[in-house]
Amino acid sequence: MIRADGVEKRYGRAWALRRVSFELNEGELLLVTGANGSGKTTLLRLIAGLASPTHGSLTVGATRGDVGYLGHEALVYRDLTGFENLDLYGRLYRVRERPERIGMLLERFGLWDARSERVSTYSRGMVQRLALCRALLHDPTLLVLDEPFTALDESGAALLDRELATRSENKTLVVSTHDPDRVAGLATRRLALA
Amino acid sequence: MSAYAADVAALARKDLRLELRTRETLPAMLLFVVSTLVVFHFALPPRAGRDAAYGLLWVALVFTALLGLGRAWVPERDGGVLDGLVLAPCDRSAIWLGKTVAILAFLVGVEVIALPAFALFFAPLPGRSLGGVALADIGICAVGSLISAMAGAGRTRELTLPLLFLPLAIPLVVGGVGATISPHGAHYLLFLVLYDVVFSILSWAAFEYVVTE
Repeated sequence: MIRADGVEKRYGRAWALRRVSFELNEGELLLVTGANGSGKTTLLRLIAGLASPTHGSLTVGATRGDVGYLGHEALVYRDLTGFENLDLYGRLYRVRERPERIGMLLERFGLWDARSERVSTYSRGMVQRLALCRALLHDPTLLVLDEPFTALDESGAALLDRELATRSENKTLVVSTHDPDRVAGLATRRLALA
Repeated sequence: MSAYAADVAALARKDLRLELRTRETLPAMLLFVVSTLVVFHFALPPRAGRDAAYGLLWVALVFTALLGLGRAWVPERDGGVLDGLVLAPCDRSAIWLGKTVAILAFLVGVEVIALPAFALFFAPLPGRSLGGVALADIGICAVGSLISAMAGAGRTRELTLPLLFLPLAIPLVVGGVGATISPHGAHYLLFLVLYDVVFSILSWAAFEYVVTE
């Protein structure tokens, strides 16, 4: 599914990622760990297709529409409601039975009651839950999650634990986190960036 | 409706909804264009004639459009939404076209007020002048939304946008003023059509490279 061979990324004169190689098969979960500035976010952006390597080769066996990406930012419009944001993404991703799928995700992530409120009124944790709904909306075969537990309360984190456990059975996942114990049980591969 | 047209419609509708909700761009553009026309009304000498006034109309329209273009991609920059749109499996040019349609709607909305105000303060607008404004609007929005996206990627976007956009808008001003005051106005309208076609295709094709590494 993913094959990285000597991948490096440089922004200007600063190296964001140095010589990373790994392989990840379909249905596996790659846990990416490392200190701040080690290149976790850069690597995940490369895998998602938001950036290109400066050197090395990176092959991802998924098309754009098959990737679900959760980054440091929620990638949602602050002045649209939660439902409107998901509806827009659902249209762009050609999600079938869109209203039902959106409703199911909002319900599952505890946002149904806030669906008609603008995202700017959401708490940080609610925005993160909405970002997770956005990433899962089109049922991606490759899920790339950068610090997914950020800002989630205990119930939100438990919800995400269950979601990851379910998805790790038949989807490919790449997860970076500062709390590796949370995902360690599901991880089939580990990558520690220095 | 084709999938491409549906994507463009969804993206343009989102921009119109955001503007209706926040009212951050259109009122500012309206206030600016009306204020500019008032200033010109008092600044223009009484014997300056209609041709000078028509020239000033184009100054007002181009700078009003520039004001709107400066805010065009702000909702996408907040919260990194552009990354989300770029990741979607739709054709990336649909993002540009959706934005262009939305800006065009704002500009036309402003002109519904500005053009009658111009006729009131200065001189009536001949029919071919309105044709020139309509054609120039398309060029302004097509090029402007691309340039605005490019400028938005840098830290000096407030400087970059006018520096890149104004030179590209000069042919539109030449065509618009020519369509209004020249006895060969039709030639200038044709020139504007040509500009719109060439620069719309270039912007449509170039957008993907602007938003990806």
